[in-house]
Amino acid sequence: MSKTVTIDPVTRIEGHAKITIMMNDDGTVDEARLHITQFRGFERICEGRPFYEMPSLMARICGICPVSHLVASAKACDALLAVAVPETGARLRRIMNLAQIVQSHSLSFFHLSAPDLLLGMDASPASRNIMALVSSHPQAAKDGIALRRFGQHIIELLGGKRIHPAWIVPGGVSAPLTQEHRDEILATIPEAMEAVQRTLAWFKPSLKKFREEIGVFANFPTLLMGLVTPSGDLEHYDGRLRFAKPDGTPRMEDVAPERFNEFIGEAVEDWTYLKFPYFLQDGYPDGIYRVGPLARLNMVGRCGTPLADAELEEYRQLSVEERMSSFHYHWARLIEVLYGIERIKEIVSDPDILDTHVRAHAEPNRSEGIGVSEAPRGTLMHHYKIDENGLITWSNLIIATGHNNLAMNKGITQAAKHYISGFDIPEPLLNRVEAVIRTYDPCLSCSTHAFGQMPIRMQMVDSKGMVVKEVSRQ
Amino acid sequence: MSKAKVATIWLDGCSGCHMSFLDLDERLIELSEKMDLVYSPLVDFKEFPEDVDVTLVEGSVSNEGDLHKILQVRERSRILVSLGDCAVTGNVPGMRNAIGVEPLFTRAYNQNVTLHPQKPHGAVPALLDTVKPVHQVVPVDVIVAGCPPSASTIYYVVSELLAGRLPELETHTRFGA
Ligand code: SF4
Repeated sequence: MSKTVTIDPVTRIEGHAKITIMMNDDGTVDEARLHITQFRGFERICEGRPFYEMPSLMARICGICPVSHLVASAKACDALLAVAVPETGARLRRIMNLAQIVQSHSLSFFHLSAPDLLLGMDASPASRNIMALVSSHPQAAKDGIALRRFGQHIIELLGGKRIHPAWIVPGGVSAPLTQEHRDEILATIPEAMEAVQRTLAWFKPSLKKFREEIGVFANFPTLLMGLVTPSGDLEHYDGRLRFAKPDGTPRMEDVAPERFNEFIGEAVEDWTYLKFPYFLQDGYPDGIYRVGPLARLNMVGRCGTPLADAELEEYRQLSVEERMSSFHYHWARLIEVLYGIERIKEIVSDPDILDTHVRAHAEPNRSEGIGVSEAPRGTLMHHYKIDENGLITWSNLIIATGHNNLAMNKGITQAAKHYISGFDIPEPLLNRVEAVIRTYDPCLSCSTHAFGQMPIRMQMVDSKGMVVKEVSRQ
Repeated sequence: MSKAKVATIWLDGCSGCHMSFLDLDERLIELSEKMDLVYSPLVDFKEFPEDVDVTLVEGSVSNEGDLHKILQVRERSRILVSLGDCAVTGNVPGMRNAIGVEPLFTRAYNQNVTLHPQKPHGAVPALLDTVKPVHQVVPVDVIVAGCPPSASTIYYVVSELLAGRLPELETHTRFGA
């Protein structure tokens, strides 16, 4: 790994995210900050547009999880219409949502994180990508490509297009599932199932290589948040909103997700475009909480499908303290992939899924609508207001990655404190700090803009605000 | 034969064009025999290399960081491809041009806020007054419309360019969809 160390101050900002490490005079780390550097203003650009354009427009927030935005946006529009989506329509939406969770988790696990997991955090940068894994770990690379394809293929079969399908619409979905496509989905299940089970089999034993990382990768207690079924099980499409304590027990009674505003506030810091949602009752920044696969699996009763429940039970052998490490997002992601495949099979196998009544039609009946669903990275909230012509007058979005903003910052601070002492930035820190952020699989296209492996640039700043060192890796 | 050097960058887009590239699935393995991905959000190199054969650009030019980057990338790329409607027309990011920058900030950081309403600045790149498609900022060699262009289109474009031909795009692309 080659790196350049400069002590020049940064004269321009490059890349989509950067990290500043604030030092105390005695050479200890005070705080580390993740700056998100892109901003697009969706909450304002939709103003004046007809509400029925919103799902397609809002999907363009993110090409990694467009289906999440389709779902949350269409649900907000359902609320504007004040209609109940026909049962089959809702279940078809569920399938697409699960297919997307499978493909997006696979992208995060295989394409972005597997190189670190398989080769170690200190491997050469040239070997740390999915194309290079094709030759060094062909089976893992193939499984990753196959699992991502599994999800994307189902999205295409349902919606006619892999990215930005326009099929989820206010009131339901625009076309039913054909028998031919149903059979095609069923035929792809076994290959996907084998791929994820093969992956769990190598991943779980490999965890013992990462004891140090597990200890300091954002390993601290926080509240957890996400949707659950009425009986408290895993849920990604509908259900109740739960706030849970670190051990997973509910912090308060589960509430209707439309009431999220009563419990979540949003704070702004002037050094990043990503806002900081927090749990209002605990104030800012104490109201830190986490969302996404780790939060979901730490707080639900069960998954509700046999194989995923067996895996969940094994995962739960970890102590509550260990389960607070964001490193375990990876494991949680694989269990959700397994769950998604099982659940898709179950829903698709029901003959009613071919029912052709999949959309309710209505004019708008309410001036305000809220839609909440679980995106791969956590809970997604869309809130719209319209005028008497159905044109949007205001919108607010809270995006999955935003919820994790406080925890991501606290996480890199923890890792920086562990790996840094004195005004030297030790080499292994660079990739590890990135890797802490990567565990959250932050979708910054969602929050503000995209990033996979960001062009990281770290600055060390002394107590007077002077830049003492800058490091970037090439 | 030495492998071609290919890069991909994202400016102001949704990453959907990159995801469409990944939708090549197994064809990625085939392409990896003909080309090296020398810079991309998907690989771990942090500096844009000096002599790239083909660069695919997703997204429009929206902030100072994008502007700086596209100028450098143009200089270092033999063939520059505008990939997807955001790069080609401004598309969704360009919707803000009719509104201006300030109202966007007011909505996001003053109105929809519980605590510390304020505009982020300084440590983050400033937005340009207007969003521009790539060809309004630097010369572009190939334009590929679509939101996003399909994986097959991307495969065709890359394969033709690697074979030293300019792709014929009339029948392969359309805006939107
Ligand atoms: S063209 Fe479409 S898919 Fe590509 S970045 Fe823009 S919005 Fe996303």
